[in-house]
Amino acid sequence: MTVLPSERLARLSWPRVVFVGLVVLFAVLTIPTLVDKHSWTGVAVTVAGTAILAYVYLTPKRIAARFLVPGTILLLAFQVYPIGYTIDTAFTNYGDGHRLSQSQAVAQIEADSVMENPGAQRYELSVATKTADTSGAFVFFLTDPNGKVERGDAAGLTPVPDSEVTKDQFTGKVITAAGWHILTGIQVNGLGQRLASFAVPTGSGFIKSVGLSEAYVGQFTMKYDAAAHTMTDTRTGTVYKASDGEFKAADGSGKTLPIGWKVSVGFKNFTSVLTNATIRGPFLRVLVWTIAFAVLSVLSTFGLGLLLAVVMDHPRMRGRRLYSSLLLLPYAMPAFISTLVWASMYNKDFGLLNKLFGTHIDWLGSPWSARGSVLLTNLWLGFPYMFLVCAGLLQAVPQELKEVARVDGASPFRVFRSVTMPTVLIGAMPLLIASFGYNFNNFNVIRLLTDGAPYPSGSSTAGDTDILISYTYRLSFGGQGAQYGLASAISFLLFVLVGLISYAGFRQTRQLEEVYAR
Amino acid sequence: MKDRLWWRHLIGIAALVFALVPIIFLVSAALNPVGTLSTTSLIPSGASLANFSKLFHDPNSPYVRWYVNTLVICGVSSVLNVLIGVSGAYAFSRLRFRGRRPGLTGILLVQMFPNFLALTALYLLFINIGSVLPAFGLNTSLGLIVVYLGGAMGVNTWLLKGYLDTIPVELDESARIDGATEAQVFFRIILPLARPMLVVVGLFSFVSFLNEIILAGVFLTGSAHKTLAVGLYGLVSGNHNTDYGEFAAGSLLAGIPVVLIYLYLQKYLVKGLTAGAVKG
Repeated sequence: MTVLPSERLARLSWPRVVFVGLVVLFAVLTIPTLVDKHSWTGVAVTVAGTAILAYVYLTPKRIAARFLVPGTILLLAFQVYPIGYTIDTAFTNYGDGHRLSQSQAVAQIEADSVMENPGAQRYELSVATKTADTSGAFVFFLTDPNGKVERGDAAGLTPVPDSEVTKDQFTGKVITAAGWHILTGIQVNGLGQRLASFAVPTGSGFIKSVGLSEAYVGQFTMKYDAAAHTMTDTRTGTVYKASDGEFKAADGSGKTLPIGWKVSVGFKNFTSVLTNATIRGPFLRVLVWTIAFAVLSVLSTFGLGLLLAVVMDHPRMRGRRLYSSLLLLPYAMPAFISTLVWASMYNKDFGLLNKLFGTHIDWLGSPWSARGSVLLTNLWLGFPYMFLVCAGLLQAVPQELKEVARVDGASPFRVFRSVTMPTVLIGAMPLLIASFGYNFNNFNVIRLLTDGAPYPSGSSTAGDTDILISYTYRLSFGGQGAQYGLASAISFLLFVLVGLISYAGFRQTRQLEEVYAR
Repeated sequence: MKDRLWWRHLIGIAALVFALVPIIFLVSAALNPVGTLSTTSLIPSGASLANFSKLFHDPNSPYVRWYVNTLVICGVSSVLNVLIGVSGAYAFSRLRFRGRRPGLTGILLVQMFPNFLALTALYLLFINIGSVLPAFGLNTSLGLIVVYLGGAMGVNTWLLKGYLDTIPVELDESARIDGATEAQVFFRIILPLARPMLVVVGLFSFVSFLNEIILAGVFLTGSAHKTLAVGLYGLVSGNHNTDYGEFAAGSLLAGIPVVLIYLYLQKYLVKGLTAGAVKG
């Protein structure tokens, strides 16, 4: 069927035109800023996204895409890209001490090593930026003892005529500078490590800040030899060789410099999970508990939920609606609140449980009681869901089948086992598998209840109640030495594990359906 | 036969005790005039609204701001989440196009990655986005909403596709024969018919965003930008004892509306649950 141009126009509905118009407007407003920041990836992504949206919504053919493109763009940007980045990181040593590129690491080691020339002059220092925010590059405005002002950046010094600045009348410190924002003391303090590692090269040495408003001239005591890839400490004469993302002392003492850089390490993160005893031990312990936690959570919630559903499933049972409304409450209460309430109920000194029972037990303090407590709380959080599900499924059991079985002389238990149970299981199986997958990665309950504690002696990263996801989270974002590379590798393993479990689950469901199908 | 019902009530009442103790404890803590954990027991020792007034006047915990932030973030996210989810579901259920099956599998596959472990990447990404578009950067509600929407084409799409599959195709086909466009079929026929399911999915996503502490905790650090979950967690994370009454009062005010909605929608919930939803 050919479509005339006029017809094409007639088919363009105005909501779509307005939508595309807004997207284009957004892009037009954004691109100058991106160009200004030299963010060419940003420009490319914006242009491509806008073009795709315009094409999909303004041409008549792409009907399915109209329903899918917005969600897909969001999915690619905020799920697929981060996942790809994480998998990429799994093959590196990225983490604390290995965050920079090699050239950045070299520059930082050298800048950190500047020592003041004895007896040299000091400068009055003001730190300034081009725009009001402090996240970008900054420069130094330096006033020497004679009142001459110079501007210093990573490239070197530029003289600044007095007409462009105003100076403090006593110290000579630059207060305002045309085209620049002079930072306040608090802002300068906030620059932290970036300020400490900033050195302005001069012909004879480097200028570094000392405190917030003074600077000195000094010399590197660490010298990098780009040809030999070595770093030499000029004070001690020690030579450090670059290898595997860090500088190692060549004298065989095993000393390394604290600042390293990010390098690819191949499959090392994956193999070390299996071969490195200090990682393998905790990993396997956590893996076993993760599986036990997920299995026991599913079984206990389903067991209690089914029991209650069966108990309530009697035609003459009074108050059924009231029961189910009240039993729904633990499910309806936002889980983060209930979990925090449970955590306080377990408290050793002030907790409700110890008050009610007159005991003084540290519920979350010893490994087994902590695990039991986690399971109990998770049972509380989960059983109403299973109760609702089972109650619904019990309604679906064909009454005739039950009648027939009863007429044939089957006991109530036999009817339950052979007629009711199979029907409920078929319906519940996909949900049990989903529940298993959910609990396998049930971060919130662990984080809010125990945060992995208690920790066995000698291990500060893997607690007794840690499941894989909370353990991995601590590796990445815990207080001590983030190990993104290793954490990413474990995330990837987790991904594969959950995928396999789900796959097995789907197959199992299909087999069950075949077994019980009519 | 009549005398055989008592054991059912016995089990039912035992279950009620188990279910209600923590909730009664929370109410008791909220009404406790002293406001510490150590003085709270199951039966309130007195009824006072001191904790509530402290909650509203504590400058360190701008509770009303948290509440508004939460309503905005969870409300906008869950509405858009459902809308994006159902349009995806519509395409997968009703339209035939290349890449349909791999698309469905792909969506499922992406969901299996524990996506908040990609937090570092998201964090770095949003530092960059924020430097260009400050309205979407870190410490903004918009930024967090956009991140949440990354998961909109996910489990919900599968769930809603399953539901749309049960709506007879004849309905939309007859509309198409009458000259309705695809958009009209979607907005005028499918959406109204799927409303019960949309409500349930919307409620589940609302609650899962309400419970979300990880992304919200990393993205929203300013005291005035926090959500209820992050803010209330902060009240008790360091010290369980002193601010407990305040925490309980705040939790109660946050929890009651959700509980009421759940009770009101009870009969839809069962349908939604057995269609495969898992509370997040």
